Amino acid sequence: MKRLLAIELQKIWKNRASRILTISYFVILSFIALIASVKLEIGYFKLHFAEMGIFNFPFIWHFNTYIAALLKFFLAIVIVSMMANEYSYGTLKQNLIDGMSKQEFVLSKFLTVILFAFTSTLFVFAMSLVLGYSFSSYTELGIVFSDLEYLLAYFVKLVGFFSFCLFLGVLIKRSAFAIGFLFVWFLIEKISFGYLKYEVFNKSPKVDDFYAYMPLESISNLIVEPFTRLNVIKNIQTAVGESNVKDYSIHFSSILIVLAWTAIFIFLSYKIIKKRDL
Amino acid sequence: MESTILSIHKLNKRYGKIHAVKDVSLEIHKGNVYGILGPNGSGKSTTLGIVLNVVNKTSGEYSWFGGTMKTHDALKKVGAIIERPNFYPYMSAKENLELVCKIKGIDYSKVTEKLEIVGLMDRKDSKFKTFSLGMKQRLAIASALLNDPEILILDEPTNGLDPQGIHQIRDIIRLIASQGTTILLASHLLDEVEKVCSHVLVLRFGEILYSGTVDGMTNQGAFFELQAESNSNLITLLKNHPDVDKISETEGKVIVHFNKDMDAGQLNKYIFDKGICLNHLVQKKVSLEQQFLALTK
Repeated sequence: MKRLLAIELQKIWKNRASRILTISYFVILSFIALIASVKLEIGYFKLHFAEMGIFNFPFIWHFNTYIAALLKFFLAIVIVSMMANEYSYGTLKQNLIDGMSKQEFVLSKFLTVILFAFTSTLFVFAMSLVLGYSFSSYTELGIVFSDLEYLLAYFVKLVGFFSFCLFLGVLIKRSAFAIGFLFVWFLIEKISFGYLKYEVFNKSPKVDDFYAYMPLESISNLIVEPFTRLNVIKNIQTAVGESNVKDYSIHFSSILIVLAWTAIFIFLSYKIIKKRDL
Repeated sequence: MESTILSIHKLNKRYGKIHAVKDVSLEIHKGNVYGILGPNGSGKSTTLGIVLNVVNKTSGEYSWFGGTMKTHDALKKVGAIIERPNFYPYMSAKENLELVCKIKGIDYSKVTEKLEIVGLMDRKDSKFKTFSLGMKQRLAIASALLNDPEILILDEPTNGLDPQGIHQIRDIIRLIASQGTTILLASHLLDEVEKVCSHVLVLRFGEILYSGTVDGMTNQGAFFELQAESNSNLITLLKNHPDVDKISETEGKVIVHFNKDMDAGQLNKYIFDKGICLNHLVQKKVSLEQQFLALTK
């Protein structure tokens, strides 16, 4: 396992574009901390994020994992191109000739996906801990370390999404087209969802249930948006008479669905590489 | 007994309607230099691709080192270059070789030694993308030699190179062959195969036309060039020889083909006993090229 990771990390790290993207990802991730310093004053309207409670334990786990997940596209590009490059350089063929098995090849890519997701999760954990201790109104251990399932969901979310990217890289062989296809797929899911829900099935919740099984929808369902959970927003909603009974918790079933997709994507990647003549 | 490195049995590959490799069987023994000859598209690269785990076979069997290990483990003891050199363009020569070391599971100690052999030491820290085709091909050879392979497989190693490049690659191949490494060389360049190989396999449209030693192939069409005081008497005499295939006369020399192996001394004695003295007797071999063209016609 160490050997496979060492091989893959050398391939990524020696590539300048991948290296810069990876570094930028972690730098930009740490910019979440800067949200704390946002202070807007427009006339009587004052907006100071840090004082709105977004960095309160345990809400911070939810808020930070949600925001951090938005940045996953940086690493998605690295992962798609690490796969597509192997085709365009002809090095997939060469790796196999040099004595790597097809199974090892896919495994080395998957291990990298896991490593990226794990490092990012660890990073978000450390950063939230620091931010939380600086700004949170509650710092009792019991509260600090509650709701940690958001970190698990974050990890699974990244692994699932990156596995999808990896699969597209294997399938399409060209980075740009694979990323384009990712976007097209996103549109397909969103548009077909909207059409089916509002035009065909008359807002039936069954459509939501069905779409919870789609790859991108299931990945995005893992962590529900945290904004409407804030007291400030809640107050506004009550004021305009909208009742909000949203469920913000992490569901074991959604984690299971994403893990199933991950397994499917990795297995299909292996099947494709096994079947293709290079 | 020589140990078998690779044995291929009735290998077939179809690409849709195209039957690229038909019932190819082959045994590679340790210490020999094998050539696979064939025009473009005759199934050379496909056959090599199959045994190197990059092309899926349609049917048939192959086994490395007597079938004692899995293909990908066996390939760690094989050095192979297929068509064009494939490396990571953004890594230096040294880094690319180190990556191959990681894949093969060996330490980096051989990297410098192999770069010396192919004469790339002074460019070891240059990025692969800055290399000329000849240098890329030499780096590919260095990479194939990294693990001191049991067998070196070369597919068109001199394709697209300039005369100096071709010469350098041939020198390296000869050097490696002289050290007793088994070599399998696929090429459509006949003199290349004739110069370095001991055994040859001729393919056309995926079928084996000839499989055996290079000498065996060139001897098949051996002929004699003769001259005597009176060539017409000589021709009359030869016509009575039971094994003569055909006789012709060009530029004052009598060319005679036999339909079975004939020794020059035997022939000389036969003619002398019949009362004719030869003043010219040369045994000639058909070049591999002529033989190859005759086979693939």
